[in-house]
Amino acid sequence: MKIQETSPRLDEHLKVPAMFGSGRGRVVTILLMALLLILPLIAWYAGNKFYLDFSTRIVCLAIAAVSLNLILGFGGMVSFGHAAFVGIGAYAVGIPAYHGYESAWLHFPLAIGSASLFALFTGAISLRTKGVYFIMITMAFAQMAFYFFLSLEEYGGDDGMTLWSRSDFGIINISDGLTFFLLCYGVLALCVYLVFRIVHSRFGMVLRGCNSNEARMKALGYNTYAYRLTAYVISGAMCGLAGALIANLQDYITADTMTWTRSGELMFMVILGGAGSLFGPVFGAGAFLLIEEILSAYTIYWALPFGILLILSVLFVKGGVNGLIQRGWRR
Amino acid sequence: MSEVLLNVTGLRKSFGGVLATDDVALDVRQDEIHAVIGPNGAGKTTLITQLFGEQLPDEGSVFFKGANITKLPTHKRAGIGLARSFQITSVFMGFSVLDNVALAVQAHDGHSFKFWKPAATEIKLRRVAMQALAQVGLDDRASRRAAELSHGERRQLEIAMALATDPVFLLLDEPMAGMGAEESALMVSLLKSLKIGRAILLVEHDMNAVFELADRISVLVYGKIIATGTPGEIRSNAKVREAYLGEA
Amino acid sequence: MSTLFLIQLLNGLQLGVLLFLLAAGLTLVFGIMDFVNLAHGSLYMLGAFVCASLTFLTGSFVWGVLLAIPIIAVIGYFFEVLIVRHLYESNHLDHVLATFGIILIADTLVQLSWGPEGIAIPLPGYLSGQVEIFPSIIFPTFRLVIISSGLLIAAGLYWLITYTRLGMLIRAGASNRTMVSALGVDISTLFAGVFALGAVLAGVAGMLIASITEATIGMGNDIIITAFVVIIVGGIGSMKGAFIAAILIGIIDTLGRSFLKDILELFIASGSAETAGPALSSMLIYIIMAVVLAVRPQGLFPPKVR
Repeated sequence: MKIQETSPRLDEHLKVPAMFGSGRGRVVTILLMALLLILPLIAWYAGNKFYLDFSTRIVCLAIAAVSLNLILGFGGMVSFGHAAFVGIGAYAVGIPAYHGYESAWLHFPLAIGSASLFALFTGAISLRTKGVYFIMITMAFAQMAFYFFLSLEEYGGDDGMTLWSRSDFGIINISDGLTFFLLCYGVLALCVYLVFRIVHSRFGMVLRGCNSNEARMKALGYNTYAYRLTAYVISGAMCGLAGALIANLQDYITADTMTWTRSGELMFMVILGGAGSLFGPVFGAGAFLLIEEILSAYTIYWALPFGILLILSVLFVKGGVNGLIQRGWRR
Repeated sequence: MSEVLLNVTGLRKSFGGVLATDDVALDVRQDEIHAVIGPNGAGKTTLITQLFGEQLPDEGSVFFKGANITKLPTHKRAGIGLARSFQITSVFMGFSVLDNVALAVQAHDGHSFKFWKPAATEIKLRRVAMQALAQVGLDDRASRRAAELSHGERRQLEIAMALATDPVFLLLDEPMAGMGAEESALMVSLLKSLKIGRAILLVEHDMNAVFELADRISVLVYGKIIATGTPGEIRSNAKVREAYLGEA
Repeated sequence: MSTLFLIQLLNGLQLGVLLFLLAAGLTLVFGIMDFVNLAHGSLYMLGAFVCASLTFLTGSFVWGVLLAIPIIAVIGYFFEVLIVRHLYESNHLDHVLATFGIILIADTLVQLSWGPEGIAIPLPGYLSGQVEIFPSIIFPTFRLVIISSGLLIAAGLYWLITYTRLGMLIRAGASNRTMVSALGVDISTLFAGVFALGAVLAGVAGMLIASITEATIGMGNDIIITAFVVIIVGGIGSMKGAFIAAILIGIIDTLGRSFLKDILELFIASGSAETAGPALSSMLIYIIMAVVLAVRPQGLFPPKVR
């Protein structure tokens, strides 16, 4: 088809989406993302390794939350099993390392590949169902993965396995805390950018359309199942990548990473940050870990105020942290 | 007489022993508006869902352009030129009006496994979408969110979305539902302009609109078609008067 | 082999009735109120702990159970009135998150009240022995008690739902809220009552199991997923489906754990069977769930209404 000149009427409707949003939200978003990069660097410079590691943890979990947000926030698929992908990604580092294969160029493709496969298999079945069935089935499949790895005595079983050295990239050395942090931050930035491209693409429009009104999408001629499954696999792959990073961060791999309460925490991060917003899950992961860190410094019973906070945020806060950033504190 | 586009024979569907569709046969021809009327609970919406594959009939067949499509999945029916609007307004509330229609255009422009280029910058999609909006008179609302539209405007948007797929067969489920007299009159003239080059199956309660628009009318009572004919024939049909029009 | 098989069959049946007690409450609450309750396992845990304390207080397990039941009912009632009720209008995601919060709170409160250690509930002598049910088949008395009380409760539920006015309201409530209101029944009381009933069923399951294992923090968090598998396989909202699936899952899981390795050894090298056996048996019920869903996405016995 020959592209004709665009009329002025049409021009005003061709919009290039802005990654950081607009106005006040744009400023705060860029500022927060910059802080997430700069504060750890200052901490490292000041010789405080704890805050560097803590920030790396935020960044790694943010990647997992961003991946969950793609299907939960934009696609409306309430997956309660994302911890499984984190765990699979982690074991994709641990198991080869145990057998002496330490190359990151094996670990990371393996993590992404096996998480995708698991997503393809479980997604193909779970996406045949809707609503509450989907929630419970994703949960059950994650529990299946949990028990599977728990039963592998060879790889530590209940006790988990220690990662004696971090994945070997050859060109960079991630045993160094700072290098590792920068790598994780780079991966996070890449993932957020990917999600940004995806949700505004044709595919993303279909994904969001399925979220908004699936019956209508079918009537328009979309094979919604295929699109949702694709999104589910992309999300799983990204989450597997996060898992590979988390394994390297902890130097320790255990099936506990995959319990369903972990999936619940990831979900909480997404909601806390603002589901369906691009940077929301990053802020959510940050807020979640900060609150957890602060509360647990005061009491071993930190889960109590945490639970109350969770219920209050469900009942009263709409749009999460990102919502507050975009529209200020006014309700 | 013009070509028959949609042909339904012996359609039957029951729910827990109750026949919702009872041996229904009807056809819709090119350039024709064929209206289906009937009292509440006559099984009109059930009929539509079977024509569109959202439910499968227990017996009988649906032919489109001579091909048997009885068991074709919904999304594939849309691919061969069927489009429908919904009785309860069914648009993407959070999307802009233009995005709603663009999504309909996109559905018929190859697959959508395209992950990189922002859809909102695609001239191809936007232009066709704007044309469809202009056709129903909604082009000045293009950048509003669908949730902000009035009820009547959303009904127009429904039609625009159906049109955007350039269908040969339009299935309209009560397009006038909940509209005021003025809005209805606009919709009637819109629908009149749409039937050329297409076939339209219209399910509607607004009798004035039906008798003004329809070339033929079928009357559905308790899942059975009791009469089919021109508006004049239906008006004077004794069975229809007794079963249906007589009530009013 | 066959003796062991029979004993494991009974063990599977015992797990099955426990799962049914949990699944019954879940499926009632979901079927009628369209509410997803992750914290159902917390009620199971609370049942165990409350019963443990009361058993020590009264010196009798039977009194412990009898007194714990109304307490759990009251807890369930207030749970519904204070939190759950405000979420019926929200979507499933909100249900899941809020009840996830409840789990965190419940686990911490139990730790605050009972300490971090597990508590074993002592059984009276006449329950802690063993009986010879068939010649040469000896089975713990208390496990038989669990099986029979579970089956009794199942029969009671069947009677309640099929033959009583309350049951009729429950069945009507599932399909038609406005109709129930029109009958002059206060729907919010009905919902709170149903929720309390579900809580009691879960609580009883916790009380029974805690006498075999012990009452521990987070004890509900694992079994609740298995209960989910049960209601998914049975068809969410169906009591009959929950019962059949619970027994099925209980037996398959138990038999799989005890015999799968031996069966595998018939086909593959014993070293591989040593590894694959436990891995496969721990995944068995999920594989069954996947197969059922692939064939029937609505479960084996989807409720007729909708």
